[in-house]
Amino acid sequence: MTSILSIRDLSVRFSTPEGEVKAVSDVSLDINKGECLGIVGESGSGKSQLFISIMGLLADNGQVDGTAKFQGDDLLKLPRRKLNKIRGDRMSMIFQDPMTCLTPHLTIAKQLTEVLKFHKGASEANARKRALELLDMVRIPEAANRIDMYPHEFSGGMRQRVMIAMGLLCEPELLIADEPSTALDVTVQAQIIDLLNELKRETGTAIIMITHDLGVVAGICDRVNVMYAGQFVETGTVQEIFYDPQHPYTRGLLGSMPRLDQIRDEHLTAIPGQPPNLQNLPAGCNFQERCTFAFDPCWQTDPPLEEFSPGRCKACFYQGFDNSQKGAAS
Amino acid sequence: MSDTLLSVKDLKVYFDIPSGDLLGRHPLKLKAVDGVSFDIEAGETLGVVGESGCGKSTLGRAILQLIPPTDGNVVFLGQELTKLNKRKLRAVRQDFQIVFQDPLASLNPRMTIGDIIAEPLQSFFPNMSKRERKAKVQDMMDKVGLLPQMINRYPHEFSGGQCQRIGIARAMILQPKLIICDEPVSALDVSIQAQIINLLKDLQKEFGLSLIFISHDLSVVRHISHRVLVLYLGNVMEIADRTALYEQPRHPYTQALISAAPIPDPSLERSKSRLMIEGDLPSPIDPPSGCVFRTRCPKAQEKCARDIPKLTDDAAHGGHFVACHFPD
Repeated sequence: MTSILSIRDLSVRFSTPEGEVKAVSDVSLDINKGECLGIVGESGSGKSQLFISIMGLLADNGQVDGTAKFQGDDLLKLPRRKLNKIRGDRMSMIFQDPMTCLTPHLTIAKQLTEVLKFHKGASEANARKRALELLDMVRIPEAANRIDMYPHEFSGGMRQRVMIAMGLLCEPELLIADEPSTALDVTVQAQIIDLLNELKRETGTAIIMITHDLGVVAGICDRVNVMYAGQFVETGTVQEIFYDPQHPYTRGLLGSMPRLDQIRDEHLTAIPGQPPNLQNLPAGCNFQERCTFAFDPCWQTDPPLEEFSPGRCKACFYQGFDNSQKGAAS
Repeated sequence: MSDTLLSVKDLKVYFDIPSGDLLGRHPLKLKAVDGVSFDIEAGETLGVVGESGCGKSTLGRAILQLIPPTDGNVVFLGQELTKLNKRKLRAVRQDFQIVFQDPLASLNPRMTIGDIIAEPLQSFFPNMSKRERKAKVQDMMDKVGLLPQMINRYPHEFSGGQCQRIGIARAMILQPKLIICDEPVSALDVSIQAQIINLLKDLQKEFGLSLIFISHDLSVVRHISHRVLVLYLGNVMEIADRTALYEQPRHPYTQALISAAPIPDPSLERSKSRLMIEGDLPSPIDPPSGCVFRTRCPKAQEKCARDIPKLTDDAAHGGHFVACHFPD
């Protein structure tokens, strides 16, 4: 497998009036062609900032260290001019809020053709043709009539589909989707997920799916990295993460989800407490204050992310999880 | 039935919106809630699900008379709320409360949380001594999982989950009989969401509360509700016990909603069959004739455009009400 994006020891820091905040701490990952990698975590876990930093979109008070090799080029060291050639063309990102990500005073046609003219040097006519193809592909009804409309004339679900079309115009090798369906209703969300699944199958585009919704992950991802307080705490295939979770945080997340298909116990197994303040992380493991399995070493040392079987990593000292029964049940 | 707490009959909420006519004549009618009926018993949780714009929040507010209903009846403990004058309505309001979606925005930033939680006591029991009030507030803080010594802090010092606990304590302090929860967990992270759901269930058990739980999240609604009502474009599509509704949904819209909601289990999620519905929600200003769902319904026929389906159950499905000409 050829890795198209390879991130090594990437950290993101923000300087704030209250001091430095480390939003992402030394994370590494690889993603292969045609693969969908899920990045799961709760708000403030750093999952968005990690990818915003490699797209060169970090806020002014942010600083990024490490490397992010995209087919040989280190995205973090490229001058802006070269980075502009890559993003939007070979690599693109779609954001959570479809309401605010389109320019309100430009027609959809203008916003879509601009991308093609800039990156591919396409003529107006060709760019428009290609834009129409994409709108059809993301199933905007009557695309030919709608292409000259303004964003406010579209519903939320349709705007998100326009965003996805925009991300795909230049057939990128990598699509980063940051909570693409969170703001949408379930029926529309299902359409968007189906669309991304189709895309992965047909064009071999690699997808990074940033989300807090384990249901979405279950539907589309091949591999999953679970993130907590700026670090990956567990990685594995989607089956391994759901059927054999080895980090107490992953287990807590799965236990916290009420299920549509079954009634579980009266009580959900919630994770007690709340995520730590990134400015004031506890000594030892970041999760220890909420962890019911924490023991001596957890108070002293931050457990490193270590591979315990091929492709499977966790950052936890506790060894005793046996999921064999749970696996058999499903 | 003697233990019916709340009975809603044919409730309608229409909003006037400008038609573009310069003199403001002939305003258009936006039918946010269009003839909703249901009963709730003491100690019961009714889940209300639907997509954005289906009128679920308006329904909650109209029951509490925060929005005056256009038509219909709301009978709470034998009293017709829509006919009460302000003073009498205020007295009844002791017994029903609301918890809002945005935990921080629904708390006054200039008040300490002690004052916020005590405010209902102050307005309904002005003669209560300060000491007694403080004792009640701290007791309630303890019940909802807040440390009683935090009583003098301000809302911004708390996280989203804790703010929602404050909102719940405020709603609970008068020991009401009914709480309407309008998307109380959708702004919260999964792990915190589970804490709040557990809390609501515990409080219900302890105080025999009735809850109307409004949410777009079908999984959460299944977990917390006894009965579930499915709303589409201001109309009830289906209402049934949760198990019946989730395991044998009879209305095509309910079936589509359930099949679209993702399940956190890769094998199940990838193998389940999807009943897709196309298109977007029609405008509530100009809803389709006959059945409001017919424009997106895979089963729609001529009859659906002509006749409005009535919400009915039958002998085989007692208590499982559905508004469809061709239910399963």
